[in-house]
Amino acid sequence: MTIAPREYDFVAARQRLEAKPKSAGPKLGSLEEAAALVKDSDHLAIGGCLYSRTPLALVWALLRRRPTGLTFSRNLMCYEGEWGMVSGAVSKVVTSWMGIGLPWGLSRIQREFVEAGRVEFEEWSHLGLGLRYRAAAMGVPFLPSLTMLGSDLMGVGGSKTVTCPYTGRTLHAVPALFPEVALIHVQKADRLGNCRIDGYPHMDADIARAAATVLVTAEEIVSEDEIRRHPDRTVIPGFLVDALAHVPYGSYPHECYGAYDAEPEHFTTYVDGIRERGAASVADYLERYVYAPTSHADYLALFGEPRRADAAGRARMLTT
Amino acid sequence: MTVTANELLAVMGSRELRNDTTVFTGVGAPMMASVLAQRTHAPRLTMMVEGGVIAPTWKPGELPISTNEMRAAYRAQMLPGITDAFLLAQRGFFDVGFIGGAQIDRHGNLNTSAIGGYARPRVRLPGSGGANDIISLCREVLILTVHEKRRFTERVDFVTSPGYLEGGDSRRRAGLLFGGVSRVVTTLGIFGFPPESRRMQLLALHPGATVEQVRENTGFEVLVSPSLTTTKPPTEEELSILRMLDPKRQFIG
Repeated sequence: MTIAPREYDFVAARQRLEAKPKSAGPKLGSLEEAAALVKDSDHLAIGGCLYSRTPLALVWALLRRRPTGLTFSRNLMCYEGEWGMVSGAVSKVVTSWMGIGLPWGLSRIQREFVEAGRVEFEEWSHLGLGLRYRAAAMGVPFLPSLTMLGSDLMGVGGSKTVTCPYTGRTLHAVPALFPEVALIHVQKADRLGNCRIDGYPHMDADIARAAATVLVTAEEIVSEDEIRRHPDRTVIPGFLVDALAHVPYGSYPHECYGAYDAEPEHFTTYVDGIRERGAASVADYLERYVYAPTSHADYLALFGEPRRADAAGRARMLTT
Repeated sequence: MTVTANELLAVMGSRELRNDTTVFTGVGAPMMASVLAQRTHAPRLTMMVEGGVIAPTWKPGELPISTNEMRAAYRAQMLPGITDAFLLAQRGFFDVGFIGGAQIDRHGNLNTSAIGGYARPRVRLPGSGGANDIISLCREVLILTVHEKRRFTERVDFVTSPGYLEGGDSRRRAGLLFGGVSRVVTTLGIFGFPPESRRMQLLALHPGATVEQVRENTGFEVLVSPSLTTTKPPTEEELSILRMLDPKRQFIG
């Protein structure tokens, strides 16, 4: 198992950017229009981390289009990776860790699909994957690092070492990862795509620079004047963004820092279903939560407004 | 007062931490150990949490389940982002790194990836997360784990996180110029790795544990230090702090 040359080909990646319009104009459209920019077999880098600021609405809209052959990469992969496997959309997962968290145990879906060889699972260390995105964000084919050396993880993707030209030391040449598409959810953006992130930055600014196409959903669309009043808070400039959609609760039932807390009880119900019926339970979950609702608002309605309001209240308590 | 496995690990882990140092930590027993140290002998210990959190002040009863959720960031001094958090470790700012339970061999190598071959594993495990980075980049590493025979194995099937690799100086030869596993703290005792062999050696037993018990629960030959000692049992103060922090016993068991 090795990484594909297109993942670290910095010349081709640069040419893709040079060929693309980098507009200062409005990007705001529908969630469905954003998701339609994903093509089969694309490599999708997913923002946030685990169940924090996951671009879950974008994943939702994307899976409704029944794509195939996708690669999902993410620093820590939560159950969106299970959705990708069970729906048949994803043939490869690139991550450092997969699951929800200690209380929910091992991902039975990851076990089932990887042990049967139904998906390719490419593991990096957490920093290793972070540096892959960072190298791409910097427009270089690799970054030297001390991490992963000596471990069997070096063989998983086909990592190479370099001898430092100055000190003669051995370093891990962490290969760049230029994804086709970045999926990102932020708290605030203006209609031009200038994005502001509250709380954890995770790796979103890097994947926005690394990807050829950047799709963003925002909890709130703020005025261009608001962005210009605090330009130091902008972490993704608008000209990097290809499509933007206004999606309140766009990470729900995952958390969005300062906006709403996660719903661990929902995770427990989801995992209990898998314990009882395996992948069939995820297929039913997808039918109910992803394919049946005709809009993201209908999806949110399945959880109910009082529950969302409670999650928002908890977030305020946790960030003040 | 009965002491749970996680309480014992948190207490023994906390005692390994020093004041005026820095610790890179994950959730569970490592986070309990770090906070306990801050509230006892190490008030000037700075904690970095894997999700990219510097010096949080966690609310008792609202401890984080993951390292990157709002609870983990509560009243932190800085949220640098994940990559930059680990790059601080690569720069050398972290005196100690904590890693939790896993499959471990006599040279302190850990497997959290796959049992029975990587490509078609018998059991696919969650993966490294930041464990490989912590063990590669921190000045010293403390491993906290329940002591079970299935975890303490002659050879790990896959080296997710390199301890001393084949022993001797093989870790340095692989390019890992810094750090290494200093202690393995288990529910039975505390182990170290003498510099010549870099093989796991029993340094201390917890009260009530025996060398025999360690042998029965270890899948490789147990080396015993000639100056074997016994640890002091958890104090009332240590246990009451842990129980105040985690009144619902989500983490201390």
